[in-house]
Amino acid sequence: MTELTNTALNRTEQLGFIDLSARKRIESLLDSGSMRELLTPFDRLTSPWLEKQGIVPQFDDGVVIARGKLDDKPVVAAAIEGGFQGGSLGEVGGAKIAGILELAIEENRKGNPTAAVLMLETGGVRLQEANLGLAAIAEIQSAIVELRQYQPVIAVVTGPVGCFGGMSITAGLCSYLIITREGRLGLNGPQVIEQEAGVEEYDSRDRGLIWGLTGGIQRFATGLVDAFVDDDVSALATSVRDCLAAGVPTLHRSDDIASPLKRLQQFDTREQIDAQRARFTLTQGKTA
Amino acid sequence: METLHFTRPARAAEIQPALVGYVGSGDLEVMIEPLQGSQTEIHIQTSSPGSEIRWRQVIEQIEARISLPAMRMDIHDFAATPGVIRLRIEQAIELASAVEASA
Repeated sequence: MTELTNTALNRTEQLGFIDLSARKRIESLLDSGSMRELLTPFDRLTSPWLEKQGIVPQFDDGVVIARGKLDDKPVVAAAIEGGFQGGSLGEVGGAKIAGILELAIEENRKGNPTAAVLMLETGGVRLQEANLGLAAIAEIQSAIVELRQYQPVIAVVTGPVGCFGGMSITAGLCSYLIITREGRLGLNGPQVIEQEAGVEEYDSRDRGLIWGLTGGIQRFATGLVDAFVDDDVSALATSVRDCLAAGVPTLHRSDDIASPLKRLQQFDTREQIDAQRARFTLTQGKTA
Repeated sequence: METLHFTRPARAAEIQPALVGYVGSGDLEVMIEPLQGSQTEIHIQTSSPGSEIRWRQVIEQIEARISLPAMRMDIHDFAATPGVIRLRIEQAIELASAVEASA
């Protein structure tokens, strides 16, 4: 049937990843038939805080976690549903991700190598759950720092939401980071920066500026992510497998602070930032 | 947010758990689980207040087309239009009834 459709519409074999739900994203990357979801929607583990604030909850709290296999090796996976509350992380969703990472740590301690793949589509902490969301993100981060000593922790940011707030720090802690042209990565989102710094400095409606600074192309060119791929399931699956095969990196990006800090300190903030200047500063002219 | 409950007569049937949709703008999630007996319990949480009559009408429209299997149906609605609601509910029932058809 696939063949017929492709012939009829004269399409390529490309299958978009961005349009997939969180659950389908995990399923599409893992070895066929190996996905086993933990704490499924039927466990009804919803946010206890959203309803109190008059917000409709979701049965999985916008986070899917699973065990499975990649190239026949055991892995854990988590994916955030960007469409539910902006992919924000609250107490339950955050604990689910921390829990699956801690499960992988336990497996590694027992001598069963288990890597992790995180599909991050998130604006960061869920403001309605404030400190509980922040605490959950801290738990996720400390779990990543421990797990990455044993096995790679691979983050995938494809868009449409991107990865912001505390979860951008989470992405930065991962062993490997994969991005698409449609993915964005940044500490504060455009509207927050505009609100704080003023519209003259950062216009959140200026898409060229926003994508030029935080978009996947720029992040790859400035060495803040490891791989740049098309929005295509098989391209992403290959990239994740490559990262898995590369093993634990000798130096984690988050341990390499001195040289990027030096470059940032040389930056003259009196001049208006744009994509070109940001790239030059971060690469010292040595563009990829 | 408004919480609504409906209980409707249904036929005893073997169904499987099913989940479709998500709680995103203009969409909803519908979860179905088997229920013993001959009724369907529908639990709705919706972001649109004052929508009870509209929900009743959508359910009646579906009943006119499909004989409801006994089930518990949970709905989390994020301002979906009646057309989308009907589509999602029918999709969920079809998925839940797949076991019946193959048996």
